[in-house]
Amino acid sequence: MNAIDINHDDELRDLYRELILDHARNPRHFHKIDDATHTAEGINPLCGDKLRLYAKVDGDVITEASFEGSGCAISVASASLMTDLVTGLSVHRALDCFAEVTGRLTDPEHQADHDFNVNLDKIRALDGVRDYPSRVKCATLAWHALNSAVKGQSQPVSTE
Amino acid sequence: MSQPQENQFSSISDCRRDFPALQQQVHEHPLAYLDSAASAQQPESVIETVARYQQRDHANVHRGVYTLSHRATEAYEGARDKIRSFINASNRKEVILTSGTTESINLVAQSYCRPRLQPGDEILITHMEHHANIVPWQLVCEQTGAVLVVAPINDAGELDIDAFDKLLSDRTRLVAVAHVSNALGTVNPVQDIIRRAQARDIPVLLDGAQGVPHMSVDVQALDCDFYAFSAHKMFGPTGTGVLFGKEALLEDMPPYQGGGDMILEVSFDGTTYNELPYKFEAGTPNISGVIGLGAAIDYLLSVGMDNVARHETQLLEYMMQQLGNIDGMRLIGTAANKASVQSFLVDDIHPHDLGTILDHQGVAIRTGHHCAMPVMDYFGVPGTARASVALYNNRDDIDQLVDAISKAQQIFS
Repeated sequence: MNAIDINHDDELRDLYRELILDHARNPRHFHKIDDATHTAEGINPLCGDKLRLYAKVDGDVITEASFEGSGCAISVASASLMTDLVTGLSVHRALDCFAEVTGRLTDPEHQADHDFNVNLDKIRALDGVRDYPSRVKCATLAWHALNSAVKGQSQPVSTE
Repeated sequence: MSQPQENQFSSISDCRRDFPALQQQVHEHPLAYLDSAASAQQPESVIETVARYQQRDHANVHRGVYTLSHRATEAYEGARDKIRSFINASNRKEVILTSGTTESINLVAQSYCRPRLQPGDEILITHMEHHANIVPWQLVCEQTGAVLVVAPINDAGELDIDAFDKLLSDRTRLVAVAHVSNALGTVNPVQDIIRRAQARDIPVLLDGAQGVPHMSVDVQALDCDFYAFSAHKMFGPTGTGVLFGKEALLEDMPPYQGGGDMILEVSFDGTTYNELPYKFEAGTPNISGVIGLGAAIDYLLSVGMDNVARHETQLLEYMMQQLGNIDGMRLIGTAANKASVQSFLVDDIHPHDLGTILDHQGVAIRTGHHCAMPVMDYFGVPGTARASVALYNNRDDIDQLVDAISKAQQIFS
């Protein structure tokens, strides 16, 4: 379908992969959790991306994660993929994912931690944003909100 | 008013050649630069004038007794005279050089309004203002207990002039309105606004950042009290701007900032301030920026502001028509009287995704809230894509924009 139409433009295809477009059009976990134990707001003032992240933590495990809000395809897809990924993970491992994902997208020298063993294959669909400095913030917004939520920070997190 | 000869170009389309930045390819496409409302490109003549100054004439102004300082001062003050003539201010004391429109407006808020405002006094703006014509007033309202009053707009993005008129009260101490809206392109009926405000002895500030690059501005004909604008939106350097103010008002205002150059005599018992315009120009100014602005004015005059306005009006009309033909297009800002700017949304594609895809087709547009969040709230959108035309744009740029939008629609279909 559409992704094939742009085969001649590899970079764009790399950014707007099928998986990203799918998650942007049909975001998963896109609702409020009424009895969330943790929540945080993420704002990207440059883009106007704005989302609220909800997490339900039982003991040390994130039993449910979700989000609401509006944003570009990259930020919505990232939030969708992230909430999918962290559901069922321990807070500790979710924070490891945060460090790994933000590190990989923002630091060209980044090397994965040896002990890191969460499967991030789907999240790698976002790697295309590394070529778009102004869009990295879109891809990391949900992750910053998650980090802030589970650490119990009440101020909205901004990617500016 | 002595103006260089107009119509020296066989056609305004020749202007494009004067802008080195427009001669490049981006992502293997010719650059279609449609973001001049954010910052305009500079012609060779401005770049060269600034470079020549830096290479030969740089020294501090108003200070040295040596040749370079004389040259720098002459060029700097010469630029002030060009600005005066360009906006037809009656006198060079009325031309205050600032870092840009934002500083110009803050200067009026702090130096004109702050000492005068009493709790309950009002400042009247409109719903279509840029943040630079909102936040300085909010600050001074917080400082004084005054109230910021906002005149409504309609769905076309036009000021509701009757509602505006009703909001003018005996507590209104200043009216501050965009000459041209940066997000919507609306040209406000500033003459009408000024007439209505002056009938009640209320001074009017015009935010001219988007006005001056696109049309001939005569502050005496307008009879506005303050007019603020920036060099970089009129093909000059960044970090330089102008506040025009009527002499009598400026004379009555205390300095905005203290420092060198704004004083006559300093002792620890007290300081006497320099005369206008220097009273408002503390510290070493952006000398090269101001000289560059002078060169930008020379350039605009050589093209002729009437030619600029005519060309842009035709091009904006073409752009609105072409964009309007696209399925799924929502045009935001459809005022009867517009300049340069068209905001829009396509299907449900987020403006930032659109902006990235357009960039890949060599098309530079602005995406986001355009520092006008209340406008976005009014139209119920988080942001828009915005294309703006300047004297150097042509129909090819618009066609390239339209093709690139269709590509984005393919990707998101």
